[in-house]
Amino acid sequence: MEQVKCTCGHVNPHGTIFCESCGRTIEENTKQKKLLDMRYEGSARRSQTYKKTFIDKIWNFFSSVKVGVWLIVITLIASAIGTILPQEMYIPPGSSPREFYQQEYGFVGQLYYQLGFHNLYGSWWYLILVASIGISLVICSLDRVVPLYRALKKQGITRHESFLRRQRLFSETSVTNTDEALAYVKKRLGKKRYEVREENGNLLAEKGRFSRWGPYVNHVGLIIFLIGGMLRFFPGMYVDEVLWIREGETKSIPGTDGKYFLKNDQFIMEVYEKDNEKDVFEEAIERAGDGMAVKNYQSNVTLYEPEAETVVGAESGLKKIKDWQIRVNEPLKHDNYALYQVDYKLGEFKSMSFRLTDKETETDYGMITVDLRDPKHLYELDNGYSVEMVSYFPDFYFDSEGNPDTKSKVPNNPAFVFKMITPDKPEGEVSFVAIQQTIEPFGDNEYKMSFAGIETVNVSGLIVRKDLTLWILGVGGLIFMIGVIQGMYWHHRRIWVQNVNGEILLAGHTNKNWFGLKNEMNYIIDGTEIKSPIDQTQVEKQDE
Amino acid sequence: MKKNRLLIRTIILLLLATALGYTLYSNFFLNKEKVAKGDTAPDFVITDLQGKTHQLSDYRGKGVFLNFWGTWCEPCEREMPFMENQYQKYKELGVEIIAINVGEPKFSVEKFVDQYDMSFPVGIDKGDQILNTYGVDPLPTTFLIDKDGKVRDIITWGMSEAMIIEYMEQIKP
Repeated sequence: MEQVKCTCGHVNPHGTIFCESCGRTIEENTKQKKLLDMRYEGSARRSQTYKKTFIDKIWNFFSSVKVGVWLIVITLIASAIGTILPQEMYIPPGSSPREFYQQEYGFVGQLYYQLGFHNLYGSWWYLILVASIGISLVICSLDRVVPLYRALKKQGITRHESFLRRQRLFSETSVTNTDEALAYVKKRLGKKRYEVREENGNLLAEKGRFSRWGPYVNHVGLIIFLIGGMLRFFPGMYVDEVLWIREGETKSIPGTDGKYFLKNDQFIMEVYEKDNEKDVFEEAIERAGDGMAVKNYQSNVTLYEPEAETVVGAESGLKKIKDWQIRVNEPLKHDNYALYQVDYKLGEFKSMSFRLTDKETETDYGMITVDLRDPKHLYELDNGYSVEMVSYFPDFYFDSEGNPDTKSKVPNNPAFVFKMITPDKPEGEVSFVAIQQTIEPFGDNEYKMSFAGIETVNVSGLIVRKDLTLWILGVGGLIFMIGVIQGMYWHHRRIWVQNVNGEILLAGHTNKNWFGLKNEMNYIIDGTEIKSPIDQTQVEKQDE
Repeated sequence: MKKNRLLIRTIILLLLATALGYTLYSNFFLNKEKVAKGDTAPDFVITDLQGKTHQLSDYRGKGVFLNFWGTWCEPCEREMPFMENQYQKYKELGVEIIAINVGEPKFSVEKFVDQYDMSFPVGIDKGDQILNTYGVDPLPTTFLIDKDGKVRDIITWGMSEAMIIEYMEQIKP
């Protein structure tokens, strides 16, 4: 590697802008400018100085902050566009995305779909964008933190005159007694809690160097956060499933590989009612409508595990683990799994009852109750009467050919074809019975099935969640915040005081809050002849 | 020093590329299905309408045409007679059909089986256990399982008779 030797004798890496030790300017083109560019202490950013192998070229690309900023901007714009139309997962279930976007939003929708914005946050190019930001973060940070650390560690106390003169805050004064002034300044610096180093009567006072590491700590946090996000794709790290479960039903919990079963004992929805709450709430409740505001959604459940490890589908005894009341934000937690209350359905039909009656005399020959989840073929009544179930349509509609059919297995709109067998009609009379509807397909019947009642059941909508990456995200977030605080609330300030040929040169540098540094410098020279430092950027402006 | 730097850079870039590669791979190329093509089909037990139990692992050495269906699903209705026809032919050749209904009332399933004269075993998956294990989403879904218990293919749409013949040929021992 090429190296550059400064006139002071210090050997600097190739690409260094000014000497690490004495501060003399090294690169030719920077000599013209009046003020020094103090970024990264003028150290050689490795990526900028090497353009050799293929690996170096990739490295250089990601090492550029400009590239990093563009990656962030592109990701931001893409993310924003992704929110304009609904994402694929939020369009009505069952509709084809291709048709949906075109029908709803016309040409724009079609374009949106074709460009893949309908599933943006899971698309490969979005993932690559986010990952590129991550790579850029790692490489940019490494490329800067290493030389910066080196430069700050190696900085000399005595700097070359040209370095001091080209600092933003600077003043020079002829002082009658330099030693006295320097001793005084040193004491004052100590009071402001500067760490003062001395060499041949020259002072370097420094504090808050710690602040310079803030951005890098912050990036470490971000990278940990991204790693956490990535780990979600590892099998077993993340589960997000939906479980609809009726009262009284026992189901295997999806996402647990048959390890756990859940029984829904009861779903409860409570509302605020005037009579049940304290008087002070009366007005508020009235405003919302009495009994309109929901107070509580709750599923009383029992968690089970199989008694023995068996093949899927095999009947096995269940061992109770615990009873629990799942409320919103109060999930049932067990073995890293959590069950959250997210949805409900009230009054799903469970069973319907009918009476077999004589149409004319209204004589009642007995009642049958049809379990809508498990209807029977034949319902026997007393005295030779019986009802045969010919057909059952849990979610009845007329199909494209005009025949009764069912839309699903859920008893949303049950309909039945009954055959009523009576001693005087041993062949039986056929009757089609649906809600609020009776059809007698083979002419007038003597008997009818009259509706006698309905039983309903509530359904709980739960989410099964397991997320082993959460703590990683938490740690990443915490480190991120520590980095932010470190960089925000501490300032890296340096003050140089040198005696050059009987003149006292005073220079100051900080990474933020120049006004604060200037005040501090004025404080330390207060009571000496040393002139207050001048902000040379202001002077430059006036010159123009 | 220079060699060192190249080595370090290469290692870091490789690490980053691996992480990105794995994420992309698991996200887009790894099937999200719980059971994917080439996997060993998870074992299960189901009781058919006659009360006979069928365990998948007992069918090693035979091809298994595992069909998930519902009575309300029209493509299922259409393909059932085709499946019945081919069952008659292929059961001699060592292919078994197991038709799993997605937890409907026994009444409906029995009516349906009578209507279409289905002679292959039909079981009802109460509590969606097998459904969850196989990660079945649309109906009908058919898993083609060969004599070694491996999933040869997963068909997630209705099948014509010609297709069924083709699939039966694939898993014939």
